[in-house]
Amino acid sequence: MATKQTQSAARLLAAPSIGLLLIWMIVPLGLTIYDSTLNYTLQGNPVHKFIGWTNYYYFVTDPAFLTSIWNTLVLVGSVLVISIVGGTGMALLLDQPIFGQGAARVMAISPFFIMATVAALVWKNLFMQPVFGLFAWIAHLFGAPPIDWFTNDPMIAVIIIVAWQWLPFATLILLTALQSLDLEQKDAAQMDGAPPLSYFWYLVLPHLARPATVVILIETIFLLGIFAEIFVTTGGGPGQATTNLTFLVFRSALRDFDVGGAAAGGIIAVVLANIVSIFLTRLVGKNLEG
Amino acid sequence: MGKISLQGVRKTFADVVVIPGVDLEIPAGSFVVFVGPSGCGKSTLLRLIAGLEDLSGGHVLIDDKDVSDFAPAQRGLSMVFQSYALYPHMSVASNIGFGLKMAGVPKPEIEKKVAYAANLLNLTEYLARRPGQLSGGQRQRVAIGRAIVREPKAFLFDEPLSNLDAALRVQMRLEITRLHQSLKTTMIYVTHDQVEAMTMADMIVVLNRGNIEQAGAPMELYETPKNLFVAKFIGSPTMNIIEGERAQKYGAPTIGIRPEHIRISREAGDWPVRVSIVERLGSDTFLYVEAEGMGQLTVRAEGDLGAKPGDQLFLSPDAGRLHRFNSEGKAIRS
Repeated sequence: MATKQTQSAARLLAAPSIGLLLIWMIVPLGLTIYDSTLNYTLQGNPVHKFIGWTNYYYFVTDPAFLTSIWNTLVLVGSVLVISIVGGTGMALLLDQPIFGQGAARVMAISPFFIMATVAALVWKNLFMQPVFGLFAWIAHLFGAPPIDWFTNDPMIAVIIIVAWQWLPFATLILLTALQSLDLEQKDAAQMDGAPPLSYFWYLVLPHLARPATVVILIETIFLLGIFAEIFVTTGGGPGQATTNLTFLVFRSALRDFDVGGAAAGGIIAVVLANIVSIFLTRLVGKNLEG
Repeated sequence: MGKISLQGVRKTFADVVVIPGVDLEIPAGSFVVFVGPSGCGKSTLLRLIAGLEDLSGGHVLIDDKDVSDFAPAQRGLSMVFQSYALYPHMSVASNIGFGLKMAGVPKPEIEKKVAYAANLLNLTEYLARRPGQLSGGQRQRVAIGRAIVREPKAFLFDEPLSNLDAALRVQMRLEITRLHQSLKTTMIYVTHDQVEAMTMADMIVVLNRGNIEQAGAPMELYETPKNLFVAKFIGSPTMNIIEGERAQKYGAPTIGIRPEHIRISREAGDWPVRVSIVERLGSDTFLYVEAEGMGQLTVRAEGDLGAKPGDQLFLSPDAGRLHRFNSEGKAIRS
């Protein structure tokens, strides 16, 4: 590693793969940027005229844009809170010595392996369906009117489905972190007379801070692009109640047939995601240093 | 203060009997070392005293009060762990003061006691640091500081020096002995290292398979071991054990003689031997010799003897310091 020869040789040998990665990234991005400057619709004029910033102007001034940003934030934020808090709780439970621990852990983690569309359909048709769904039946048992989830509380319904999918991931990461907690520290805390709650607060929670930031970082990246669950259940509606940024881009391209506008929306989404990721990597970096 | 009695203390894990029943009186203010090979139950015994394990039978009394059902913190003991078990995300000061904070001691008082302990252990300039930024010896001192501030009736040490390098171990050994002299609190110290046991203890308790083989002052164990196990465990290098015909000459099925109690001569003696390995430590020389009918023996000679591998020597055991054992391995005293 130390000599100049090995350094330049390493650079030379790594160059092809780095070049490939660059092309891999730059071509779609370049094409999207190019498209975002064209008057490019799938209906009408087949000639795509250059129109500069106009696509961006219309995308940003569309009232659906601010709504979609807000919806994205609500969705990502809620799922993060649920999966971190719930994941900590689940991890604590699964860390206890119980009968059938292995089976319980596998079951707790399995939602993560179910495809997004399948999960969304199961929730939509078997659980949240207002006439014959499980929740409607439970409500009926207690004599309450069933909730028509996708009409009255569409965002909450989507959040529940997405949280159900991502809770196991957080549980998995936090559980492995819990298992790496030094048992002698627990003994020491006992000698120091720390009751269970103080033990949790002063020793377990700080220990989980790092894995929790990792969970936040990874989940945020995936949650910003949530699409299938929305497409399968609410189709972004009613109105724009569950339209997030990803869904808005999809709608522009394949419902309004405005490829140029969708490309502009995509570029805006890329910029926003990068802002979030810079912010998050800084946060995580700070947390991982200590 | 700090008298601890164990009465018929038993511990079983599922079907495995770790400690079949131990009776022991630990006088107040003494330094007691539990020593024994790995898996002899010495750490388990310590954890039973601490309350970190539940007793399967018997009683633990501290100052004549039965604490068998007390939680660890209520017993008024402090423990120093092998891995130090410091809280990694807390500063040194918070680590030391955590027990007091949990006990609801007011903040100014905690600060005062932490400052006192830090001063005692030369940690004052490190109080704001995290354990991860400290060296092994400093972490060890933080762990001791955490034990001191609670002003316990007794300190429990669970192999506290085994993670340190040799030089630091000697230094920390002295510091702990010094600490015991200034605090005069009962200390129970677990180790597998008989050198630590010999150098630090007022009383050594030799454990084997959960049983006390012998308990007594270090020199008592060295000079009058009750059985073969203690004889072999205490002393370094270990005692030479001779069985069979050669032993019968001295009137016992098994005899033992320490390497330092054998006279060496080039001309004449009781046992003709051939030198196989010579270890020179400067002040002493250890000779590993092959003796006919006795296998390998170890002999200590003062200074450098000038012996080479292959040399012919004669050994004569110091008859007054010979240990005789019966066929069950118990010492025969006459």
